Amino acid sequence: MNDQLYQDRIVALAKAKTGAGKLDAPTRSARRDNPLCGDRVTMDIKLDGQGRITEIAHQVRGCLLCQASAAALSAVAVGRDAAGISDIRHDAERAIGREAGDPREPFTAFAPVAAHKSRQECVLLPFEALKDALS
Amino acid sequence: MSFDVAAVRRQFPILSEIIDGRPVHYLDNGASAQTPLAVIDAVRHYETTSRANVLRGVHRLAERATEAYENARAEVAKFLGVQPLEVIFTGGCTAAINLVAYSYGSLLKPGDRILLSELEHHSNIVPWQLLRARSGIEIDMIPVTEDGRIDLNELPRLLTSKTKLVSLAHVSNVTGALLDIRTVVTAAKAVGAKVMLDGAQRAPHGPLDLPSLGIDFYAFAGHKAYGPNGIGVLWGKPELLDAMPPFMGGGSMIGRVTFAETTWAPSPRRFEAGTPAIGPAIGLGAACTWMQALDWTAAHDHEMGLVQRLMDGLQKVDGTRLFGPASLQNRYPVVSFTLDGVHPHDVAQTLDSFGVAVRAGHHCAQPLMDRFDLDGTTRVSMAPYNDNTDIDALLAGVAHAARTLR
Repeated sequence: MNDQLYQDRIVALAKAKTGAGKLDAPTRSARRDNPLCGDRVTMDIKLDGQGRITEIAHQVRGCLLCQASAAALSAVAVGRDAAGISDIRHDAERAIGREAGDPREPFTAFAPVAAHKSRQECVLLPFEALKDALS
Repeated sequence: MSFDVAAVRRQFPILSEIIDGRPVHYLDNGASAQTPLAVIDAVRHYETTSRANVLRGVHRLAERATEAYENARAEVAKFLGVQPLEVIFTGGCTAAINLVAYSYGSLLKPGDRILLSELEHHSNIVPWQLLRARSGIEIDMIPVTEDGRIDLNELPRLLTSKTKLVSLAHVSNVTGALLDIRTVVTAAKAVGAKVMLDGAQRAPHGPLDLPSLGIDFYAFAGHKAYGPNGIGVLWGKPELLDAMPPFMGGGSMIGRVTFAETTWAPSPRRFEAGTPAIGPAIGLGAACTWMQALDWTAAHDHEMGLVQRLMDGLQKVDGTRLFGPASLQNRYPVVSFTLDGVHPHDVAQTLDSFGVAVRAGHHCAQPLMDRFDLDGTTRVSMAPYNDNTDIDALLAGVAHAARTLR
């Protein structure tokens, strides 16, 4: 079962490291820790006048699932405001089986995590950090 | 001396479990050990023949329950080499340390100091921080050496006449390093400080002779020592326990209650308010009996053989880094490692697919993780029932993670 967790698409997302790094002079920045496992995500964002993300970067000290999620989120975050990010969080929640419905890309990659409840917070931690940065 | 690991394994029903077509390779004993039939039978016997509250009932079931509960205390005392009335049943090791931090801690004054180390489990850090917030004591910290031991060369600098208690892990839950108790006790006594040991990772590896150690308090958990959950032990020197106020108030811990004044029962009752965890205590008593029947010289050699096999195997996997003593001297079978480019949780998850149970993360020792600038480690913690097949399954899983996840 766990071999299936680390399917090629999740590994590829993590290795792509989309958005990995820091921003110079971000508009906002937020860090989130998972106290249970010690994973840590820092999100830097720049916003336009309407509160939409114009640039995003993330630093992850965490597992492959957390890295993959941060990369997937970074790939689709630009142009979205807080409501838009909240909207795509539903895709992640659907992919991991916490909500009904079909997730949009690229979050379908996280479907194997539905069978691993103890790892689902790893996928959601980047969303929590970005939510803090936007609030 | 040969050690019949197969005979030990037969006493642990869960080790025959097959999950997803694979046998269980249980190497997460540092988090919670498995429990032998002797313990399961003892708890079942109590629940089916003697279940009642202890101490106050006059009926025969209550008398049976009380006798079984006090016999369990006596078995724990024998395991520790102490007197039964010096043994306090608690909810766990954390509860035992909190008891001392609250009760002994209430006797301390602002400016008094507690000495801990950088490798302590959070349960031997946070209770003292809570005490600091309540009473204005100060906390000092002994650093850790590169090989994961408490650096006792720092003791003279850190121990002062203000130090009232030194509280340290007997065995590290991350590096497996065994504390040099004699050095600690000698130095602590020279400044009049008491010594407490967190024995959570040592108690599962055989009987102790606490009086010979010269320490003042000892705490350990039942579930890590082959017993049930929800039970732990605090041992304390009687003269210290007698001077300590209660931790929790309620039934059983009183002498006489009036609204004007309440007096306290002597220890251990004073520290066992309310109905105790009777079944778990009886189970822990059985676990202590079980441990005393094992040949621990042979068992320790067996465990250290597994450690050597593990360390040799890990070093053959490119990018592994081990934390803790490199030698087998003065250490217990807890081994932490990292694999370059693969997060410990991903290592542990991959190992699960090989039927191998380990723990990954900070192990409730975040200051130690900071010391080594780590997110976490993968921790292998062994018990006498582990065998070469467990280690080989783990090594195969680590090699697979190295091939596929980086």
